[in-house]
Amino acid sequence: MSECLQTIHDYALRSIGIGERLLPRDGFTLCEQVTLIGSGMIWNVYFGVMALFTGFFLATALAVAKGSANPWARKPAEWFIFVFRGSPLFIQFFFAYFLFLSLKNVNSFFDPFTAAWLGALIVLFFNTAAYSGEIFYGALRSIPKGDIEAADAYGMSGWSRFRRIIWPTMLRLAWPAYTNEAIFLFHATTLVFFSGFPAWQQRGDALYYASYFADKTFNPFVPYPILAGYFILFTLAIVGTFGLINKRLNRHLPSENRSKIGLRFNPIR
Amino acid sequence: MKSLIMGTAALALAAGMAFAQGQTIRMGTEGAYPPYNFINDAGEVDGFERELGDELCKRAELTCEWVKNDWDSIIPNLVSGNYDTIMAGMSITDERDQVIDFTQNYFPPTASAYVAASDGVDVLNGVVAAQTATIQAGHVAESGATLVEFATPEETIAAVRNGEADAVLADYDFLVPLVEESSGELMFVGEPVPLGGGIGMGLRESDGELRDRFDAIITEMKADGSLNTMLKKWFGEDTTTY
Amino acid sequence: MFSYCSDPDTLGTFRWFSCYLTTGVHMSFYVAFLKVLLLLAITAPVALGFGFLGAMAARARFAPLRWFGKTYIAIVRGVPDIAFFLFFVIALDQAFEYMRHKVLCPDWDQPIRQGSDFVVCTAAKLPLSTAPQWMHETYGFLLAVVTFAIVFGAFAANVLFGGMRAVPRAQLETAEAYGMSQRQTFWRILVPQMWVYALPGLSNLWMVLIKATPLLFLLGIEDIVYWARELGGTKTSRFTDYPHGDWRMWYFLFLLIFYLAFTRVSEIVLERLMQKLTHGQATSGGEAQRRAAA
Repeated sequence: MSECLQTIHDYALRSIGIGERLLPRDGFTLCEQVTLIGSGMIWNVYFGVMALFTGFFLATALAVAKGSANPWARKPAEWFIFVFRGSPLFIQFFFAYFLFLSLKNVNSFFDPFTAAWLGALIVLFFNTAAYSGEIFYGALRSIPKGDIEAADAYGMSGWSRFRRIIWPTMLRLAWPAYTNEAIFLFHATTLVFFSGFPAWQQRGDALYYASYFADKTFNPFVPYPILAGYFILFTLAIVGTFGLINKRLNRHLPSENRSKIGLRFNPIR
Repeated sequence: MKSLIMGTAALALAAGMAFAQGQTIRMGTEGAYPPYNFINDAGEVDGFERELGDELCKRAELTCEWVKNDWDSIIPNLVSGNYDTIMAGMSITDERDQVIDFTQNYFPPTASAYVAASDGVDVLNGVVAAQTATIQAGHVAESGATLVEFATPEETIAAVRNGEADAVLADYDFLVPLVEESSGELMFVGEPVPLGGGIGMGLRESDGELRDRFDAIITEMKADGSLNTMLKKWFGEDTTTY
Repeated sequence: MFSYCSDPDTLGTFRWFSCYLTTGVHMSFYVAFLKVLLLLAITAPVALGFGFLGAMAARARFAPLRWFGKTYIAIVRGVPDIAFFLFFVIALDQAFEYMRHKVLCPDWDQPIRQGSDFVVCTAAKLPLSTAPQWMHETYGFLLAVVTFAIVFGAFAANVLFGGMRAVPRAQLETAEAYGMSQRQTFWRILVPQMWVYALPGLSNLWMVLIKATPLLFLLGIEDIVYWARELGGTKTSRFTDYPHGDWRMWYFLFLLIFYLAFTRVSEIVLERLMQKLTHGQATSGGEAQRRAAA
């Protein structure tokens, strides 16, 4: 037990470079596997939370732009969403890394972009913005006409009508699908080091450490289920958090309407 | 010497009775590590190990079928019985030996080497690229250099070319053709690092007979010089031979 | 391929490419496109079947079956597909061989797990080790289909479960009022109507499935991304007649175009399907169609 505490002390923050410099190399214990894979989850959570948070704002803008009558706003938004939704994340990472490398030669401002913490985050940010943008766009189109008419009747217009009526209703309608998008994005963070960006000094995400152990012990049946366990826990946490927000978004509605909301929309992306 | 070889051959024959003549043996390889194994223009597995493996099978009177498998899962698939041998430029290491069996090496212990884009790179303190989860990656992590890991060997070389890494540590024979054809852009730097106990054929621990049989044939090929001929063909006249 | 290809070094650019793009490896690359399309074509209905069973289990009255259905959905949806693929295929393969072993070789006295080895009798091997290579490949392909179907079946189950719940309660009550049994109500009223509610989710799932195909290589299938990497990587003249630098960029660009085109075609087809399903349904879309026709 105390050995395990020592392991936790040495490796719990290994993925961000704090603790032992070298990874364990033989006699791998279950404790080491659980600790290091858990340590890698720091990166998955970082990518997931940051991309989702920043992507949310771009997604709103994209949804409004795609719904706009002005082709100068609509066309770019449509293409952006199409390209990012239509291609595998795999390929997006490849091109982004390539692009950032070339930019780096032009200006040293781009130096940090080839590192996963920024470069991969940008790709995930664009990716989730495109998916969420499409979800929000669908929700925008489904806002009951009556709601908007009511807003007009109250003399609201422009920004205040959007902020107080359209936007909250859009979120409410989009929320179940958006929850699924959050889960998918969280799962997609495992691709960052797997195929996209290099891992520096063996600081990687949960999948990086899981495959490290699978490679050293030649037994995939221990590290990957540990990884799966972590992801199930975090997915449940996402579902719980988003459920609470959903309750808040729907708190003004009579209770029997609540369960039906969003069923017309894409429950998953 | 000769009688000894005859002896082992006879032993192998006796031990190998369970494997009937002409039985099919599936040979697992990666197909992405020239000159050991790679995919040729016709889309077939080719390389030093293909030629050696075919010869081994011929002498053992077995039919061999080549199977490609991803490097990461190459050992789990062997122990799970999806193919019977691994010939994939796999160095004999203690940790691998605990899980699978190896024949004696058919390629002498090799040096890994550093390649950089300019002279005078400090490979012990600089940024060194290596393929994820290889013995080279492990070595760099211990050497004190800053390790940067890429999923494929291709990307590690690209990293040196575009300046992401100061140097790459990889198998010497993998690097030679790349350096030769880079027209001076890439060069060997630092001291070569001996890693691993040579390259051997990996088999399941429960397949003792088959292992002994191949082992005996490798001994035979080392003795009659045919292995050296192949080594020279694929790795050049200067390569270490038996 | 062409007669002039015997000495590629001497050829002009156009002819060089005509030879280069028709080498055996490139043929494997083109075949991989067919493989991916075939896999999608088989996986989609199988996953839908898994999803349907999962959804039925999740709303079953028999509690253990319901728990099973819900656990299946929750667990498989909670795990990133990539993590699942990395160990599941081997497990599945071993499970099949284990079952065959128990049936075919009852007299076998050695342990199946010997250290890290998994040893079953020769007759239980799947496929038999004497089988030709194409059977091994087909078997690997089938394993991939099953794995994909299990993963995407969980998502489909979730969507169908939602679709079943979305069918207006009044429709089911009406059926009961007409004297239909539980079973009749389910098959004649609920199932035909749920599709329109489930289709947006299912189309999304299809899009995700398309984009999961690069993971096929983890399952032992040589898919298009594998070949693009293999072909695009630097080739030195010692090992090929067609040496070139790092061309992965161009191969990936080609894949990008392929995926975008495939997505676009899928979008158009699914839109048409939605129009068709909406016809005659008690939804605002169906109402709009009815009015437009009237």
